[in-house]
Amino acid sequence: MFARRAWIVLWKDLLTERRSKESLNALFFFAFLLLLLFEFALGPDRERLAAALPGLLWLGFVLAGLLGLGRTFLVERENDCWEGLVLTPGDKSAIYLGKLAGNFLLMLIVEVVLLALFGIFYNVDLWSALAPLSVVMILGTAGLAAVGTLFAAMTARVRARELLFPLLLLPVQVPVLLATVKATEAVLQGLPLAEVGQWLKLVAAADIIYLVVGLLTFEFILEA
Amino acid sequence: MTRWLGWLAALGLLAGLAMGFGYAPKDAVQGNVQRIMYLHVPSILTAYVAFALVLAGSLGFLFTRRLAWDRLAHAAGEIGVVFTALTLVSGSIWGKPTWGTWWTWDARLTSTAILFVVYVGYLLLRSMAEERDRGARYAAVVGIMGAVNIPIVHFSVLWWRTLHQPPTILSPERAPMAPAMLRALLVNVVALLLVFLYLLSKRLTVRRLEDELRA
Repeated sequence: MFARRAWIVLWKDLLTERRSKESLNALFFFAFLLLLLFEFALGPDRERLAAALPGLLWLGFVLAGLLGLGRTFLVERENDCWEGLVLTPGDKSAIYLGKLAGNFLLMLIVEVVLLALFGIFYNVDLWSALAPLSVVMILGTAGLAAVGTLFAAMTARVRARELLFPLLLLPVQVPVLLATVKATEAVLQGLPLAEVGQWLKLVAAADIIYLVVGLLTFEFILEA
Repeated sequence: MTRWLGWLAALGLLAGLAMGFGYAPKDAVQGNVQRIMYLHVPSILTAYVAFALVLAGSLGFLFTRRLAWDRLAHAAGEIGVVFTALTLVSGSIWGKPTWGTWWTWDARLTSTAILFVVYVGYLLLRSMAEERDRGARYAAVVGIMGAVNIPIVHFSVLWWRTLHQPPTILSPERAPMAPAMLRALLVNVVALLLVFLYLLSKRLTVRRLEDELRA
Protein backbone atom coordinates (compact mmCIF):
# COMPACT_ATOMS: atom_id res chain seq x y z
CA MET A 1 0.00 0.00 0.00
CA PHE A 2 2.85 2.31 0.93
CA ALA A 3 4.63 1.72 -2.38
CA ARG A 4 1.36 2.14 -4.28
CA ARG A 5 0.65 5.50 -2.70
CA ALA A 6 4.19 6.69 -3.44
CA TRP A 7 3.74 5.48 -7.02
CA ILE A 8 0.47 7.41 -7.40
CA VAL A 9 2.16 10.65 -6.34
CA LEU A 10 5.07 9.97 -8.69
CA TRP A 11 2.71 9.13 -11.58
CA LYS A 12 0.65 12.28 -11.00
CA ASP A 13 3.78 14.44 -11.04
CA LEU A 14 5.21 12.78 -14.13
CA LEU A 15 1.89 13.18 -15.94
CA THR A 16 1.64 16.85 -14.97
CA GLU A 17 5.17 17.42 -16.13
CA ARG A 18 4.62 15.58 -19.41
CA ARG A 19 1.53 17.61 -20.19
CA SER A 20 2.84 21.01 -19.14
CA LYS A 21 6.59 20.50 -19.72
CA GLU A 22 6.98 23.48 -17.46
CA SER A 23 10.03 22.52 -15.42
CA LEU A 24 11.91 20.48 -18.01
CA ASN A 25 11.81 23.05 -20.80
CA ALA A 26 12.97 25.80 -18.49
CA LEU A 27 15.69 23.62 -17.00
CA PHE A 28 17.06 22.55 -20.41
CA PHE A 29 17.32 26.18 -21.40
CA PHE A 30 18.89 27.04 -18.05
CA ALA A 31 21.49 24.29 -18.55
CA PHE A 32 22.39 25.76 -21.91
CA LEU A 33 22.71 29.24 -20.38
CA LEU A 34 24.98 27.88 -17.69
CA LEU A 35 27.21 26.42 -20.36
CA LEU A 36 27.58 29.84 -21.98
CA LEU A 37 28.20 31.49 -18.60
CA PHE A 38 30.94 29.04 -17.67
CA GLU A 39 32.58 29.56 -21.04
CA PHE A 40 32.50 33.36 -20.67
CA ALA A 41 33.77 33.15 -17.07
CA LEU A 42 36.73 30.92 -17.89
CA GLY A 43 37.59 31.95 -21.42
CA PRO A 44 38.33 29.71 -24.38
CA ASP A 45 41.39 28.07 -22.80
CA ARG A 46 40.72 24.31 -23.18
CA GLU A 47 43.10 23.21 -20.45
CA ARG A 48 41.64 25.52 -17.85
CA LEU A 49 38.16 24.37 -18.72
CA ALA A 50 39.13 20.72 -18.58
CA ALA A 51 40.74 21.18 -15.16
CA ALA A 52 37.65 22.90 -13.80
CA LEU A 53 35.23 20.49 -15.47
CA PRO A 54 34.27 18.28 -12.48
CA GLY A 55 33.51 21.34 -10.37
CA LEU A 56 31.60 23.09 -13.16
CA LEU A 57 29.57 19.99 -13.86
CA TRP A 58 28.41 19.66 -10.26
CA LEU A 59 27.91 23.39 -9.94
CA GLY A 60 25.61 23.12 -12.93
CA PHE A 61 23.73 20.17 -11.39
CA VAL A 62 23.32 21.98 -8.08
CA LEU A 63 22.15 25.24 -9.68
CA ALA A 64 19.67 23.40 -11.86
CA GLY A 65 18.61 21.51 -8.73
CA LEU A 66 17.98 24.75 -6.85
CA LEU A 67 15.62 25.87 -9.60
CA GLY A 68 13.96 22.52 -10.23
CA LEU A 69 13.67 21.13 -6.72
CA GLY A 70 12.44 24.40 -5.26
CA ARG A 71 9.30 24.11 -7.37
CA THR A 72 8.36 20.63 -6.15
CA PHE A 73 5.45 21.64 -3.98
CA LEU A 74 4.37 24.85 -5.67
CA VAL A 75 1.95 22.93 -7.88
CA GLU A 76 0.25 21.64 -4.73
CA ARG A 77 -0.66 25.10 -3.59
CA GLU A 78 -3.17 25.51 -6.40
CA ASN A 79 -6.78 24.32 -6.12
CA ASP A 80 -6.30 23.30 -2.47
CA CYS A 81 -4.10 20.36 -3.44
CA TRP A 82 -2.14 20.85 -0.25
CA GLU A 83 -5.26 20.11 1.81
CA GLY A 84 -5.76 17.03 -0.33
CA LEU A 85 -2.28 15.80 0.54
CA VAL A 86 -2.79 16.51 4.22
CA LEU A 87 -6.09 14.62 4.20
CA THR A 88 -4.59 11.55 2.51
CA PRO A 89 -5.04 8.59 4.85
CA GLY A 90 -2.04 6.61 6.02
CA ASP A 91 1.65 7.31 6.28
CA LYS A 92 2.58 10.73 4.87
CA SER A 93 6.13 9.61 4.10
CA ALA A 94 4.73 7.85 1.01
CA ILE A 95 4.07 11.32 -0.43
CA TYR A 96 7.66 12.27 0.31
CA LEU A 97 8.95 9.16 -1.41
CA GLY A 98 6.80 9.80 -4.50
CA LYS A 99 7.87 13.43 -4.74
CA LEU A 100 11.48 12.41 -4.18
CA ALA A 101 11.35 9.83 -6.96
CA GLY A 102 9.86 12.43 -9.33
CA ASN A 103 12.57 14.94 -8.45
CA PHE A 104 15.27 12.32 -8.81
CA LEU A 105 14.10 11.47 -12.33
CA LEU A 106 13.71 15.12 -13.30
CA MET A 107 17.21 15.95 -12.06
CA LEU A 108 18.75 12.94 -13.80
CA ILE A 109 17.21 13.94 -17.14
CA VAL A 110 18.50 17.51 -16.79
CA GLU A 111 21.93 16.21 -15.76
CA VAL A 112 22.20 13.90 -18.75
CA VAL A 113 21.35 16.80 -21.05
CA LEU A 114 23.85 19.07 -19.31
CA LEU A 115 26.50 16.36 -19.53
CA ALA A 116 25.88 15.93 -23.26
CA LEU A 117 26.07 19.71 -23.77
CA PHE A 118 29.38 19.81 -21.89
CA GLY A 119 30.74 17.02 -24.05
CA ILE A 120 29.72 18.72 -27.29
CA PHE A 121 30.48 22.36 -26.58
CA TYR A 122 33.67 21.92 -24.57
CA ASN A 123 34.88 19.07 -26.74
CA VAL A 124 35.69 16.72 -23.88
CA ASP A 125 35.54 12.96 -24.16
CA LEU A 126 32.94 11.77 -21.67
CA TRP A 127 32.09 8.47 -23.37
CA SER A 128 34.98 6.50 -21.97
CA ALA A 129 34.10 7.44 -18.40
CA LEU A 130 30.34 7.24 -18.83
CA ALA A 131 29.67 4.09 -16.80
CA PRO A 132 31.55 5.09 -13.62
CA LEU A 133 30.39 8.68 -14.03
CA SER A 134 26.77 7.62 -14.04
CA VAL A 135 27.26 5.81 -10.72
CA VAL A 136 28.64 9.03 -9.18
CA MET A 137 25.80 11.03 -10.68
CA ILE A 138 23.08 8.72 -9.43
CA LEU A 139 24.47 8.69 -5.88
CA GLY A 140 25.01 12.45 -5.79
CA THR A 141 21.61 13.24 -7.27
CA ALA A 142 19.88 11.00 -4.75
CA GLY A 143 21.38 13.04 -1.90
CA LEU A 144 20.53 16.33 -3.55
CA ALA A 145 16.96 15.27 -4.23
CA ALA A 146 16.42 13.75 -0.77
CA VAL A 147 17.24 16.97 1.10
CA GLY A 148 15.89 19.20 -1.67
CA THR A 149 12.45 17.56 -1.62
CA LEU A 150 12.23 17.83 2.17
CA PHE A 151 13.27 21.49 2.25
CA ALA A 152 11.12 22.38 -0.75
CA ALA A 153 8.04 21.21 1.14
CA MET A 154 9.06 23.52 3.94
CA THR A 155 9.95 26.59 1.95
CA ALA A 156 6.77 26.31 -0.17
CA ARG A 157 4.95 27.91 2.72
CA VAL A 158 7.26 30.54 4.15
CA ARG A 159 8.05 34.08 3.20
CA ALA A 160 10.99 34.71 0.81
CA ARG A 161 10.75 31.11 -0.45
CA GLU A 162 13.13 31.43 -3.39
CA LEU A 163 15.70 33.03 -1.08
CA LEU A 164 15.47 30.59 1.77
CA PHE A 165 15.52 27.34 -0.22
CA PRO A 166 19.14 27.68 -1.47
CA LEU A 167 20.26 29.08 1.90
CA LEU A 168 19.02 25.94 3.64
CA LEU A 169 19.92 23.38 1.00
CA LEU A 170 23.45 24.47 0.02
CA PRO A 171 25.13 24.19 3.46
CA VAL A 172 23.68 20.73 4.00
CA GLN A 173 24.80 19.63 0.54
CA VAL A 174 28.45 20.65 0.99
CA PRO A 175 29.72 17.16 1.90
CA VAL A 176 27.87 15.55 -1.02
CA LEU A 177 29.26 18.20 -3.35
CA LEU A 178 32.84 17.71 -2.07
CA ALA A 179 32.62 13.96 -2.45
CA THR A 180 31.01 13.93 -5.89
CA VAL A 181 33.40 16.52 -7.32
CA LYS A 182 36.39 14.52 -6.07
CA ALA A 183 34.96 11.28 -7.43
CA THR A 184 34.07 12.86 -10.78
CA GLU A 185 37.60 14.26 -11.04
CA ALA A 186 39.12 10.82 -10.55
CA VAL A 187 36.66 9.12 -12.88
CA LEU A 188 37.27 11.65 -15.68
CA GLN A 189 40.99 10.97 -15.36
CA GLY A 190 40.23 7.38 -16.22
CA LEU A 191 40.64 5.89 -12.77
CA PRO A 192 38.37 2.92 -11.94
CA LEU A 193 35.51 3.30 -9.47
CA ALA A 194 37.43 1.31 -6.84
CA GLU A 195 39.86 4.22 -6.55
CA VAL A 196 37.08 6.47 -5.30
CA GLY A 197 35.29 3.84 -3.22
CA GLN A 198 35.75 5.90 -0.06
CA TRP A 199 33.93 8.88 -1.58
CA LEU A 200 31.16 6.75 -3.02
CA LYS A 201 30.60 5.11 0.35
CA LEU A 202 30.40 8.53 1.98
CA VAL A 203 27.80 9.74 -0.50
CA ALA A 204 25.86 6.52 -0.18
CA ALA A 205 25.88 6.86 3.63
CA ALA A 206 24.75 10.48 3.30
CA ASP A 207 21.95 9.43 0.91
CA ILE A 208 20.66 6.85 3.36
CA ILE A 209 20.82 9.25 6.32
CA TYR A 210 19.04 12.04 4.42
CA LEU A 211 16.40 9.62 3.18
CA VAL A 212 15.71 8.28 6.67
CA VAL A 213 15.49 11.77 8.18
CA GLY A 214 13.21 12.82 5.31
CA LEU A 215 10.88 9.84 5.72
CA LEU A 216 10.67 10.30 9.48
CA THR A 217 10.15 14.07 9.56
CA PHE A 218 8.05 14.68 6.46
CA GLU A 219 4.73 14.33 8.29
CA PHE A 220 5.65 17.26 10.52
CA ILE A 221 6.18 19.48 7.50
CA LEU A 222 3.03 18.49 5.66
CA GLU A 223 0.50 19.03 8.40
CA ALA A 224 -1.76 22.09 8.30
CA MET B 1 18.54 32.30 39.11
CA THR B 2 19.50 34.16 35.95
CA ARG B 3 21.12 36.92 37.95
CA TRP B 4 23.18 34.43 39.94
CA LEU B 5 24.29 32.77 36.73
CA GLY B 6 25.31 36.19 35.43
CA TRP B 7 27.46 36.92 38.45
CA LEU B 8 28.98 33.45 38.36
CA ALA B 9 29.77 33.89 34.66
CA ALA B 10 31.39 37.29 35.30
CA LEU B 11 33.44 35.76 38.11
CA GLY B 12 34.41 32.86 35.86
CA LEU B 13 35.49 35.20 33.07
CA LEU B 14 37.63 37.22 35.49
CA ALA B 15 39.25 34.04 36.80
CA GLY B 16 39.71 32.83 33.21
CA LEU B 17 41.42 36.08 32.22
CA ALA B 18 43.69 35.93 35.26
CA MET B 19 44.56 32.30 34.56
CA GLY B 20 45.09 32.87 30.83
CA PHE B 21 47.26 35.95 31.18
CA GLY B 22 48.80 35.55 34.65
CA TYR B 23 48.97 31.93 35.69
CA ALA B 24 49.59 30.14 32.40
CA PRO B 25 53.18 30.36 31.12
CA LYS B 26 54.10 31.97 27.81
CA ASP B 27 54.27 29.44 24.98
CA ALA B 28 57.89 28.59 24.14
CA VAL B 29 57.35 28.61 20.36
CA GLN B 30 54.36 30.83 19.64
CA GLY B 31 54.80 33.41 22.41
CA ASN B 32 51.84 35.36 23.71
CA VAL B 33 49.74 34.73 20.62
CA GLN B 34 49.09 31.25 21.91
CA ARG B 35 46.94 32.73 24.70
CA ILE B 36 44.11 33.12 22.18
CA MET B 37 43.60 29.41 22.70
CA TYR B 38 42.00 30.19 26.08
CA LEU B 39 39.15 31.80 24.16
CA HIS B 40 39.26 29.76 20.94
CA VAL B 41 38.96 26.26 22.35
CA PRO B 42 36.31 27.02 25.01
CA SER B 43 34.23 28.84 22.35
CA ILE B 44 34.01 25.87 20.03
CA LEU B 45 33.32 23.45 22.89
CA THR B 46 30.49 25.74 24.02
CA ALA B 47 29.17 25.90 20.46
CA TYR B 48 29.12 22.08 20.34
CA VAL B 49 27.12 22.00 23.57
CA ALA B 50 24.74 24.59 22.09
CA PHE B 51 24.17 22.60 18.88
CA ALA B 52 23.64 19.43 20.87
CA LEU B 53 20.90 21.34 22.72
CA VAL B 54 19.42 22.42 19.37
CA LEU B 55 19.13 18.74 18.45
CA ALA B 56 17.66 17.86 21.84
CA GLY B 57 15.19 20.74 21.66
CA SER B 58 14.17 19.85 18.09
CA LEU B 59 13.55 16.20 18.94
CA GLY B 60 11.80 17.18 22.15
CA PHE B 61 9.46 19.52 20.29
CA LEU B 62 8.52 17.04 17.58
CA PHE B 63 7.79 14.35 20.17
CA THR B 64 5.95 16.41 22.78
CA ARG B 65 4.79 19.47 20.77
CA ARG B 66 5.55 21.67 23.75
CA LEU B 67 6.81 25.11 22.85
CA ALA B 68 9.30 25.08 25.73
CA TRP B 69 11.42 22.62 23.73
CA ASP B 70 11.26 24.85 20.71
CA ARG B 71 12.35 27.86 22.75
CA LEU B 72 15.32 25.86 24.01
CA ALA B 73 16.35 24.90 20.45
CA HIS B 74 15.97 28.46 19.19
CA ALA B 75 17.89 30.10 22.05
CA ALA B 76 20.68 27.50 21.93
CA GLY B 77 20.92 27.91 18.15
CA GLU B 78 21.35 31.67 18.41
CA ILE B 79 24.07 31.45 21.04
CA GLY B 80 25.75 28.56 19.25
CA VAL B 81 26.08 30.68 16.11
CA VAL B 82 27.64 33.51 18.18
CA PHE B 83 30.19 31.15 19.72
CA THR B 84 31.00 29.56 16.36
CA ALA B 85 31.63 33.06 14.96
CA LEU B 86 33.86 33.75 17.99
CA THR B 87 35.79 30.56 17.24
CA LEU B 88 36.27 31.47 13.58
CA VAL B 89 37.35 35.06 14.36
CA SER B 90 39.72 34.15 17.21
CA GLY B 91 41.18 31.37 15.09
CA SER B 92 41.79 33.83 12.24
CA ILE B 93 43.52 36.31 14.56
CA TRP B 94 45.73 33.49 15.80
CA GLY B 95 46.33 32.08 12.33
CA LYS B 96 47.66 35.32 10.83
CA PRO B 97 50.84 35.54 12.98
CA THR B 98 51.24 31.76 13.41
CA TRP B 99 50.43 30.28 9.99
CA GLY B 100 50.91 33.54 8.10
CA THR B 101 47.36 33.59 6.78
CA TRP B 102 43.94 34.63 8.04
CA TRP B 103 42.24 31.66 6.52
CA THR B 104 43.17 28.36 4.97
CA TRP B 105 40.95 25.59 3.62
CA ASP B 106 42.10 23.11 6.17
CA ALA B 107 39.69 20.38 7.21
CA ARG B 108 38.69 21.68 10.62
CA LEU B 109 38.42 25.31 9.52
CA THR B 110 36.23 24.27 6.64
CA SER B 111 33.96 22.07 8.70
CA THR B 112 33.56 24.82 11.33
CA ALA B 113 32.65 27.27 8.56
CA ILE B 114 30.05 24.80 7.26
CA LEU B 115 28.69 24.36 10.78
CA PHE B 116 28.33 28.14 10.95
CA VAL B 117 26.40 28.47 7.68
CA VAL B 118 24.10 25.54 8.46
CA TYR B 119 22.95 27.15 11.70
CA VAL B 120 22.76 30.65 10.22
CA GLY B 121 20.36 29.11 7.70
CA TYR B 122 18.47 27.58 10.62
CA LEU B 123 18.07 31.02 12.25
CA LEU B 124 17.03 32.60 8.93
CA LEU B 125 14.27 30.00 8.52
CA ARG B 126 13.00 30.83 11.99
CA SER B 127 12.78 34.51 11.15
CA MET B 128 10.85 33.83 7.93
CA ALA B 129 8.11 31.44 9.07
CA GLU B 130 5.05 33.46 9.87
CA GLU B 131 3.05 31.13 12.07
CA ARG B 132 4.55 30.23 15.41
CA ASP B 133 3.75 26.53 15.36
CA ARG B 134 4.70 25.96 11.73
CA GLY B 135 8.00 27.80 12.18
CA ALA B 136 8.78 25.62 15.18
CA ARG B 137 8.08 22.41 13.26
CA TYR B 138 10.14 23.42 10.24
CA ALA B 139 13.02 24.61 12.39
CA ALA B 140 13.01 21.33 14.29
CA VAL B 141 13.36 19.39 11.03
CA VAL B 142 16.27 21.61 9.91
CA GLY B 143 17.82 21.31 13.39
CA ILE B 144 17.75 17.52 13.14
CA MET B 145 19.03 17.50 9.56
CA GLY B 146 21.87 19.88 10.54
CA ALA B 147 22.91 17.68 13.44
CA VAL B 148 22.91 14.35 11.58
CA ASN B 149 24.86 16.06 8.82
CA ILE B 150 27.75 16.96 11.15
CA PRO B 151 29.49 13.55 10.97
CA ILE B 152 29.11 13.48 7.18
CA VAL B 153 30.61 16.97 6.93
CA HIS B 154 33.38 15.91 9.29
CA PHE B 155 34.54 12.94 7.23
CA SER B 156 34.09 14.56 3.83
CA VAL B 157 36.16 17.56 4.83
CA LEU B 158 38.75 15.44 6.65
CA TRP B 159 39.42 13.40 3.52
CA TRP B 160 39.22 16.48 1.36
CA ARG B 161 42.24 18.06 3.04
CA THR B 162 43.95 18.02 6.23
CA LEU B 163 47.21 21.91 8.67
CA HIS B 164 45.21 22.14 11.84
CA GLN B 165 46.86 20.56 14.83
CA PRO B 166 44.99 17.54 16.21
CA PRO B 167 42.53 18.35 18.99
CA THR B 168 44.22 18.83 22.33
CA ILE B 169 41.58 18.19 24.96
CA LEU B 170 39.18 15.77 23.35
CA SER B 171 41.82 13.33 22.12
CA PRO B 172 42.21 9.85 23.63
CA GLU B 173 45.89 10.28 24.51
CA ARG B 174 47.07 12.46 27.33
CA ALA B 175 47.12 16.11 26.38
CA PRO B 176 50.57 17.20 25.16
CA MET B 177 50.29 20.41 27.11
CA ALA B 178 51.89 21.96 30.18
CA PRO B 179 49.66 21.26 33.23
CA ALA B 180 49.46 24.99 34.05
CA MET B 181 48.15 25.72 30.55
CA LEU B 182 45.66 22.90 30.78
CA ARG B 183 44.36 24.23 34.10
CA ALA B 184 43.99 27.74 32.65
CA LEU B 185 42.16 26.26 29.67
CA LEU B 186 39.76 24.28 31.80
CA VAL B 187 38.93 27.35 33.92
CA ASN B 188 38.10 29.20 30.70
CA VAL B 189 35.97 26.33 29.45
CA VAL B 190 33.93 26.50 32.64
CA ALA B 191 33.75 30.31 32.39
CA LEU B 192 32.40 30.26 28.84
CA LEU B 193 29.93 27.51 29.66
CA LEU B 194 28.65 29.74 32.47
CA VAL B 195 28.36 32.64 30.03
CA PHE B 196 26.43 30.31 27.72
CA LEU B 197 24.05 29.26 30.47
CA TYR B 198 23.49 32.87 31.46
CA LEU B 199 22.71 33.96 27.89
CA LEU B 200 20.53 30.87 27.43
CA SER B 201 18.47 31.58 30.48
CA LYS B 202 18.08 35.23 29.41
CA ARG B 203 16.93 34.24 25.91
CA LEU B 204 14.58 31.60 27.27
CA THR B 205 12.92 34.19 29.49
CA VAL B 206 12.50 36.61 26.59
CA ARG B 207 11.09 33.90 24.31
CA ARG B 208 8.68 32.71 26.99
CA LEU B 209 7.40 36.23 27.48
CA GLU B 210 7.02 36.63 23.69
CA ASP B 211 4.99 33.41 23.53
CA GLU B 212 2.82 34.56 26.42
CA LEU B 213 2.19 37.87 24.70
CA ARG B 214 1.19 36.10 21.50
CA ALA B 215 -1.13 33.68 23.28
